[in-house]
Amino acid sequence: MRVLVGVKRVVDYAVKVRVKPDKTGVITEGVQHSINPFDEIALEEAVKLKEKKAATEVVAFSMGGPKCQEVLRTALAKGADKAIHIEVPDADASKLEPLHVARALKKIIENDKFDAVFLGKQAIDDDANQTGSLIAGILDWPQALYASKVEPDGKYLKVTREIDGGLDTIKVSLPAVLSADLRLNEPRYATLPNIMKAKKKPLEKKSAKDLGIDVTPQTKVLEVSEPPVRQAGGFVDDVSALITKLKEKGFIKA
Amino acid sequence: MLSRLAPNAAVRSAISGTNAARFASAAAAPSKKDKPASKAVQDSDSFCMNLFRGKAKVEQVFPFPLNLDEERKETLQMILDPTTKFLSEVNDVVKNDENAETPMSVLKQFAELGAFGALVPAEYEGAGMNNTQMARLAEIVGSHDLGLGVIMGAHQSIGYKGILLFGTEEQKKKYLPDLATGRKFAAFCLTEPSTGSDANSVRSTARKSDDGSHYILNANKIYISNGGFADVFTVFAQMPIKQADGTTKNKVTAFIVERGFGGITNGPPEKKMGIKGSNTAVVDFENVKIPKENLLGAEGEGFKIAMNILNNGRFGIPAAMTGAMKHCIKKTIDHVTTREQFGSKLEEYGNVQEKLANMIAKQYACESILYILASNMDRGIQDYQLEAAIAKVFTSECAWFTCDEAIQVHGGMGFMKETGLERVLRDLRIFRIFEGANDIMRIFVGLTGIQHAGKHLQAQAGPSGAFDKVVDPALKKSADALDKCVSLFGRTVQDLLVKHKKGIISRQYEVVRVADAAIDIYAMAATLSRCTQTSKTAGSVADYEKKVANYFCETAAARAEANLKSVAAPNEAIVKTIAEISKGACAAGANPIAHPIDTL
Repeated sequence: MRVLVGVKRVVDYAVKVRVKPDKTGVITEGVQHSINPFDEIALEEAVKLKEKKAATEVVAFSMGGPKCQEVLRTALAKGADKAIHIEVPDADASKLEPLHVARALKKIIENDKFDAVFLGKQAIDDDANQTGSLIAGILDWPQALYASKVEPDGKYLKVTREIDGGLDTIKVSLPAVLSADLRLNEPRYATLPNIMKAKKKPLEKKSAKDLGIDVTPQTKVLEVSEPPVRQAGGFVDDVSALITKLKEKGFIKA
Repeated sequence: MLSRLAPNAAVRSAISGTNAARFASAAAAPSKKDKPASKAVQDSDSFCMNLFRGKAKVEQVFPFPLNLDEERKETLQMILDPTTKFLSEVNDVVKNDENAETPMSVLKQFAELGAFGALVPAEYEGAGMNNTQMARLAEIVGSHDLGLGVIMGAHQSIGYKGILLFGTEEQKKKYLPDLATGRKFAAFCLTEPSTGSDANSVRSTARKSDDGSHYILNANKIYISNGGFADVFTVFAQMPIKQADGTTKNKVTAFIVERGFGGITNGPPEKKMGIKGSNTAVVDFENVKIPKENLLGAEGEGFKIAMNILNNGRFGIPAAMTGAMKHCIKKTIDHVTTREQFGSKLEEYGNVQEKLANMIAKQYACESILYILASNMDRGIQDYQLEAAIAKVFTSECAWFTCDEAIQVHGGMGFMKETGLERVLRDLRIFRIFEGANDIMRIFVGLTGIQHAGKHLQAQAGPSGAFDKVVDPALKKSADALDKCVSLFGRTVQDLLVKHKKGIISRQYEVVRVADAAIDIYAMAATLSRCTQTSKTAGSVADYEKKVANYFCETAAARAEANLKSVAAPNEAIVKTIAEISKGACAAGANPIAHPIDTL
């Protein structure tokens, strides 16, 4: 099984995101970026499958500005065998939409045979949650989204999904699209020997034009704004004071 | 005429410290070696050495020498990301501090990131970093956990540094792979009960066996970082060495000693004020048989080796300090932008603004000094012992100031453990003491420089205009102030030499002030160099930096001038009074002043 894994470069989850003064987006200049955490989980699962000999090759994919190569190198250090970067100019990177990425993935899969596409369930920057379904639709492959457990089973993948109030176990035939949920696994740290090895692994670079895909934006960002600031709370001395306050505010019946 | 200044001062100023040899008589070692070669006066390209002659020698500072190629930058970034995550998610600094121990499992995981073999070449399983890359790594560690930083530094910056610098190919092959990967840990064993700052005074002994196959070591070493769990020790001991004239003389010799050799015991972890996560212990060596292959360098060369190791590893401290300051500044910014008192956010108050501005300016200067030092080491410059000593003193004191002010700005909250600043303050305290106590470093800087100037007595020219040519136009005023300081410094040192001649050795009042002025002047030069570099590349971001740089230079120039003024002024009365106050108390065995109630 050859697995193609999407890794998106996003503002690091630990960064306190700030909106640009012109409200067209968030500040990304000089801000720590890393692999989208859900993509990291997807990558880890693919690498684990390879370690279990269930997968033969893991290829990391990223679409975006030149700096995406940093996350691809990290993916290589974490166990991917090679990487493909679909480069777009920095200025256009923020205008990329899930559909564009799905189109690019389709082209890659057409040129080179893959048995599965692993993705994070969503990216933590735009929370679009669309790429997985879109690529499954475009390729007409089965999809197994929000995976919390993956078991290879010959020509199938048995996938457990966390749903409201329980677990849903499905079996999808390969080739298939899989998206990773938070509890699927705990991604490893890249170790130094693997970082060194990653430098020698192949990183292929292509442009959207090379692939012949259309990346015209379909949506326009009107405004990005900060969430309203929460009002500071206050302390009460005891329970009876709390009840009085709640009554005053009309939260409980007088 | 003053060539013996530094060693004399070392002996006179011996004071006890922790963990490593303190007095960086590194300068003394090469100068002694060079002396017989020729009587000719040695010139130096070091900025600080030339400063003592009133000369603005700018090539090692301007242009800003930091220059990491793309590949090194990328490798660094790939190591930094997982390291940062490891430090914030796996390593628990609060627990390490409370339990006074960093778990071995955590160290093993840290080792996988290459953190214990930063400078070791890849052929010995190290990360193959250069000093600049390692400085950046140490900075990140310093901002999270200074105790862990000490474990890391004691291991590689001094513990096995001797093998890296002076080891034979066989020794490197045998030890470095295990040490670089953290499969084994190393410790540096110099300090003894009677040997603190004065490294040449070790009493431990080693002798060769009668058949010449091994050495027998007896040593009692104290305050040894990693001493409780290290497997490989770099140990210094006196050994009888035959001299050319047939007599025998004890000389310090260095050995690589494995715990497995037998006869090695260590005491329980010392209870300390800070860096509690780092293990510090007594290590005793009793009749330890060391195979002759484990001699490090040559017999009798131990002092030189010790000084070189310390000099070479010294930049790790400025790196950790810079990181710790960043942590404190971040906390301060978060606090002053949210905390309200008297109806305004703290950030609105001028006094708070001044504190924050000072913290930022000092951090900027420290970082500039650090990366000039690391980059100069990377480009093969050898003559950096003054710069390294200055970096150690300046950054450890700036970090202390910054953490102290951060706590002050936080008020009562800053005093609480939960805020995460009191631990940093406790951890920081040792950095002014170990690896060359700052007091000894000041004397070392002052006397080494004065000695250099003493060999070059000449009429001082006025300001040279050398900085005007190399700084950004927006920094011209600061450059002129720096130029003025350099020339004033040269004149002051010259007058001092004329006045005291050899007697300058015992004039510590003047020497420490000269050193303080040198520190400020060097910090100004470093700051201006870096800011000039940023303004070439960073566009509008540089405007803020220019303000920071100019502000730092303004305050540093004022301090330097004040220090030089008190050196130049006739201050015999003050020096005499200081001595009398101190002597009076020491003679009485207690402070002789009675309580005011009793004198009523």
